[in-house]
Amino acid sequence: MESIDQTTIEKLKAEIEALKSTSKRLESSRKDQLSIAIISGDMDKIMAAMIIALAAAAMDTKVKLFFSFWAIGALRDPAKHPKGKNFISKMFGWMLPKGVDHLKLSKFNMCGMGPWIMKKLMNQQNVLSLREMLKEADELGVEITVCEMTMNLMGFKKEEFIDYPHLRFAGAATFVAEAGESSMQWMI
Amino acid sequence: MTKEELKNLKVAKSVDARGTACPGPLLAAKKAIGDIESGEVLEILSADEGTKNDIPRWCEKVGHQFLGYFDEDSYSRLFLIKG
Repeated sequence: MESIDQTTIEKLKAEIEALKSTSKRLESSRKDQLSIAIISGDMDKIMAAMIIALAAAAMDTKVKLFFSFWAIGALRDPAKHPKGKNFISKMFGWMLPKGVDHLKLSKFNMCGMGPWIMKKLMNQQNVLSLREMLKEADELGVEITVCEMTMNLMGFKKEEFIDYPHLRFAGAATFVAEAGESSMQWMI
Repeated sequence: MTKEELKNLKVAKSVDARGTACPGPLLAAKKAIGDIESGEVLEILSADEGTKNDIPRWCEKVGHQFLGYFDEDSYSRLFLIKG
């Protein structure tokens, strides 16, 4: 066997130490966590985000979803009727989808025919519905944050959202701070 | 492991996820794994083709040992040891 001289060993040792400190720094700055900012209110896009969120949560990755703009309508509970809205808020509330069962498709919507066919196909092929996905997400501890600013902008009230135990209301800084800790940050 | 070896494994729990598409089998496996002890074998029945790739990746990430799978007529049987 060839002998390795002392300086090579020292060099390697130094390199290992450097790598150790780098990996330690990376480990502490990036958690096994997935942050998704969901802005789109389309059924297909929210579905994609939810499926990936569920898979990640099942794989023990912490999942944090941030619902903003058009996506907020998906979290409304159609059975709840909040009081004290002004005219514009009422109009927004009337025009935007009331919950996951009333979302449009980004393509092939065809005045509601598309989503109807899609739901039928999903049912036939045993794909979870969005409603079921939310239930699974809840059981897996997926956190959902509603963007408070866009919620106010569209005139939604906290009382009209679904009963989701891990639901909270916060702003962009919360998303930025949490996405910064996450090893995966996406937006749809 | 060969098909015969897999067939003769002592299975602690078998979960039938044939009625769900992706990510249903993974969710079912995740729930079932909590019911068995470390070192015991979990069997997953799945009719979703992607599961054959997904379950090994899940095992790799969370520390279970994937043993293998074999196909039946219209579904697959997957086996793993809880880590």
